[in-house]
Amino acid sequence: MVPPSYYLVVAALLFGLGLYGVLIRRNALIVCMSLELMLNAANLTFLTFARHPLRGLPSSDGNAVAFLVIAVAAAEAAVGLAIVIAVFRSRGTINVDELRSLRN
Amino acid sequence: MTEAILFWIFAALTLAGGASVVRARNPINAAMSLVGSFFALAGLYLLLAAQLLAALQILVYAGAIMVLFLFVIMLLNLSPAELGHERFRLSHLPGLAAVLTATILLVSLASRLHFPQTSAPADFGTVAAVGRALFIGYTLPFEVVSLLLLAAILGAVVVAKRRM
Repeated sequence: MVPPSYYLVVAALLFGLGLYGVLIRRNALIVCMSLELMLNAANLTFLTFARHPLRGLPSSDGNAVAFLVIAVAAAEAAVGLAIVIAVFRSRGTINVDELRSLRN
Repeated sequence: MTEAILFWIFAALTLAGGASVVRARNPINAAMSLVGSFFALAGLYLLLAAQLLAALQILVYAGAIMVLFLFVIMLLNLSPAELGHERFRLSHLPGLAAVLTATILLVSLASRLHFPQTSAPADFGTVAAVGRALFIGYTLPFEVVSLLLLAAILGAVVVAKRRM
């Protein structure tokens, strides 16, 4: 049997990759995709703890929460991409470093 | 034994896909790697006995969300010049430090936990069990999510529309 902590380590590394994409990359589309990676890492953690709880019996509650996270991620992607399109129309760029009209 | 082999394959594919998302220069390549990463993650979900979530991962993520991403990428139709070149800059160092700190903290925390051996109930992760958990314990969040999706649809249409 694979130890449950291996799944958590995979989730941690996936979260680290997503964080790298959000903090370092300048392309707004790649930043959105990295956000999805981080949400998926959180989902993997939820499912690991649902199947292998630290105490008590496995329950499907963790699966229910992961289901809600998927729905929220879908809403987030729709709004985020709409904002990317609106910004590209008004500024002609999706480089997040060039979007600094609030900083004067 | 089979479980261990499948775990290593899916874990390697997930992380390789994620790494190629954050390294890709062209957003199309990033989106394709993301699809691969999501499929491998669905495999990991199956190993964790979450059948419903594995199916939803493929349907909603690899199906719906990735199609949305591809539509936006093709709609923007960025030229190589607009993609720009991302070279290393000194201002990246704090970000790299934050990434390394978060990853090392999470990994050390994860490897420190001790899990007791448990066997899952027969209906664990099935549509019936997850539905029961969702509609008994999480009724309010479920309804709030439906409102959130409605707000997101309206918001996306209003924000992306050309003129008010």
